[in-house]
Amino acid sequence: MSVKLTSRQVGDVTVIDAAGRITLGEAASAFRDTIREYAGKGNKKLLLNLSDVSYIDSSGIGEMVSGFTTVTNNGGQLKLVGLSKRIKDLLQITKLYTVFDVYDDEAQAVRSFS
Amino acid sequence: MERQQLTLDSTLESVDEAEAIVIREAEKTGFEEDDQQQIGMAVRECMVNAVVHGNRYNRKKKVHLELEPSNEGLTVVIGDEGDGFDVNALPDPLLPENLMRQSGRGLLLVRAFMDEFHVQPRTGGGTEVRLTKTLTK
Repeated sequence: MSVKLTSRQVGDVTVIDAAGRITLGEAASAFRDTIREYAGKGNKKLLLNLSDVSYIDSSGIGEMVSGFTTVTNNGGQLKLVGLSKRIKDLLQITKLYTVFDVYDDEAQAVRSFS
Repeated sequence: MERQQLTLDSTLESVDEAEAIVIREAEKTGFEEDDQQQIGMAVRECMVNAVVHGNRYNRKKKVHLELEPSNEGLTVVIGDEGDGFDVNALPDPLLPENLMRQSGRGLLLVRAFMDEFHVQPRTGGGTEVRLTKTLTK
């Protein structure tokens, strides 16, 4: 598997730190399962930190969209922080930049949760 | 500049292998790193389509990869042995009703990253996609 996923708590926000490559296969599945796990535990404020993600393909983007939908349907919020220029470009091309709440700074992202 | 032809198994490992080979070739052809990554991602998306949707991971079916480097740029041809598909019948992932779908963005990225993208039936069965990126001097 080429992605590492860990979590930490910042106040009442659960930050999921992802590192590596998120591509079709085990990595994208692990990514999906992790988001669903935290959403299932009742975490309403999830921040996905992609600072150390070097690469994401359309499958990884799909899992991010799916995770967003799962969290939103559970009454929670999923936001993104630490996107590289390449990942920002992917979100622009796919028009998902308007869907996700995206931040450059983690402290600012944490404060944004209402 | 040599033309390369490879026959790959219908596995996700082949997707990684093809991406790595193409990125190396793009570097040798003279593309900058951002362009190398874009070509690599376009090839990854087409390889996934060939392995997953075309050949459906069938061990008896192969993926055919051709690299055609030139002074003008790089053309990559990827062929599968599947049942074929109508590229025009695919839903537009940018339409509001499709924006939150989990899949269907691969070819959008391919078109964004490459200068030319053609899909045609492959001789002998299956689908062939031809991707070209031109060097900007």
